[in-house]
Amino acid sequence: MKRFYGTELPNPLMLGTAQYPSPAILEQAFRDSGAGVATVSLRREAGAGQTFWQMIRDLSVLILPNTAGCHTVKEAVTTAHMAREVFDTKWIKLELIGHTDSLQPDVFQLVEAARILTEDGFQVFPYTTDDLVVGERLLGAGCEVLMPWGAPIGSGRGLNNEYALRAMRAEFPDLPLVIDAGVGLPSHAAHAMELGYDAVLLNTAVARAGDPAAMARAMVLAVQAGQLAHQADPIEARDMAEPSTPVVGKAFLS
Amino acid sequence: MTTWSIIGAGVAGLAVASELVSRGVKVQVFDPGGPPGPHGCSWWAGGMLAPWCEYENAEEPVLRLGQMAIDWWADRTQVHRRGTIVVASARDLPDLRRFARRTEQFVDVNQAEITELEPDLHGFNKGLHFEHEAHVDPRQALQDLYRQLTDHGVELHRKLAPTQLENAIDCRGLHARDYLYDLRGVKGEMLVVRCPDVTLTRPVRLLHPRMPLYVVPRGDGVYMLGATMIESEDSSRITARSMLELLSAAYALNPAFGEAEVLEIGVDLRPAFPDNLPRIRRLGRTIHANGLYRHGYLLAPALAQGVADLALENKHSEMVDEDRA
Repeated sequence: MKRFYGTELPNPLMLGTAQYPSPAILEQAFRDSGAGVATVSLRREAGAGQTFWQMIRDLSVLILPNTAGCHTVKEAVTTAHMAREVFDTKWIKLELIGHTDSLQPDVFQLVEAARILTEDGFQVFPYTTDDLVVGERLLGAGCEVLMPWGAPIGSGRGLNNEYALRAMRAEFPDLPLVIDAGVGLPSHAAHAMELGYDAVLLNTAVARAGDPAAMARAMVLAVQAGQLAHQADPIEARDMAEPSTPVVGKAFLS
Repeated sequence: MTTWSIIGAGVAGLAVASELVSRGVKVQVFDPGGPPGPHGCSWWAGGMLAPWCEYENAEEPVLRLGQMAIDWWADRTQVHRRGTIVVASARDLPDLRRFARRTEQFVDVNQAEITELEPDLHGFNKGLHFEHEAHVDPRQALQDLYRQLTDHGVELHRKLAPTQLENAIDCRGLHARDYLYDLRGVKGEMLVVRCPDVTLTRPVRLLHPRMPLYVVPRGDGVYMLGATMIESEDSSRITARSMLELLSAAYALNPAFGEAEVLEIGVDLRPAFPDNLPRIRRLGRTIHANGLYRHGYLLAPALAQGVADLALENKHSEMVDEDRA
């Protein structure tokens, strides 16, 4: 298992904390899934989310604050500093939105903000696209984790570009890689892990499901299944059937 | 005869008082803020009696307990029984389908049927019509309860309740956190606008993945636009972002809202327990009734009945989660 800035995750599911019907259901989703990391948005709650934040701390999981909703380097840096104070962690999921409708990351600002925050002692988890060059630049800026999108945030479309995600895995074989955003179903999450990704980060697929706790459990089973499958070295797909029992001795030529 | 003292004159306190009075009990009310007004969060409510719509994102008791609210309020204030319309823009139709799947008691309506119900709602190909829902004007409802109570000789003491009260019912909302440690505030922001160019006669909900909106008609071209739901306990301000989102969503519903006059900006905190369901708790000599969250008008009647059942008959309704008398 790869380590995230020196920390090993109890399991490869990172779960968001927004949009649940109630904090009680949020807590149940974490309890039932055993998700190892909780991401928390600070921006909208700026200033006075104490009770909610305390509930997140009480989950007793690793906390990954995020800069969701930030559109500029300055906003993101300010939010990261606030997060460090509130949750007493160097971890920050850096999210810099560049497009209103697709919520696509602004990779140019992302690299700049990652550099500033790394120099400031943060351990940055950048939400990025599947672009290899951007990935390289983020590593140059000091990131030791990359979090490419599967599909736009909340779209539930799964892995839009498997080719690019495979290429990213191959390009950075030793780096912890997380599929962040776009996962709608457990099959998508398993898919990401089968490609050799190290974790999956999702929120909407669980929080907006009819039974969030059940979906959280389904997701954790899926990431574990995918991870196990990857480690087990799956077979290659082929065009013709390959009989699993020997055909020699059968009258297949008759 | 025992006098029951109700602390807090918001929707919870006044509903409890009204229920007790209707059962022939003598009550008095304490609230340092005086009669209903902008100091209480129920002043800023939408006033929708919409158990089926709310059920989309709430637990089952909201659906079941909310259904009695319409008749309860109709005995006390003007209830508009005109249903609710739910629409989504073409790109957000998956949200409309999910909404429909998660609830019941609606009919699907197409564009022609939507404009037949509300001629000023055009451009929506699909919607849901919840025929059995209703709404009240929350401020009118509070004032009607207050007037009926004073007509019955109920006194409202404009001061803090004395400590060590016998037979007290604490309905102070978020102020009761000194006893209810699991209570939190959920920030809500709303606008009241005047827009005579738009005529809507029933609450309309516009679904959107990030900025859902409801519009509640108040009559005379006045509309309440609401409401944000933010896990924050800062009630000091509305943010520019929230106002932008509320107004953009209203504009998407009907561009004529662009010409609306902004009459009021409201910000307050909804008292809520971790499961967002209300609670009745007896601690010593005080019964606490709290946690109405975004369902003040929808669940206050059931809460009031539960309090009266506990206070007068020692009956434990499902809302009672702790009894340490």
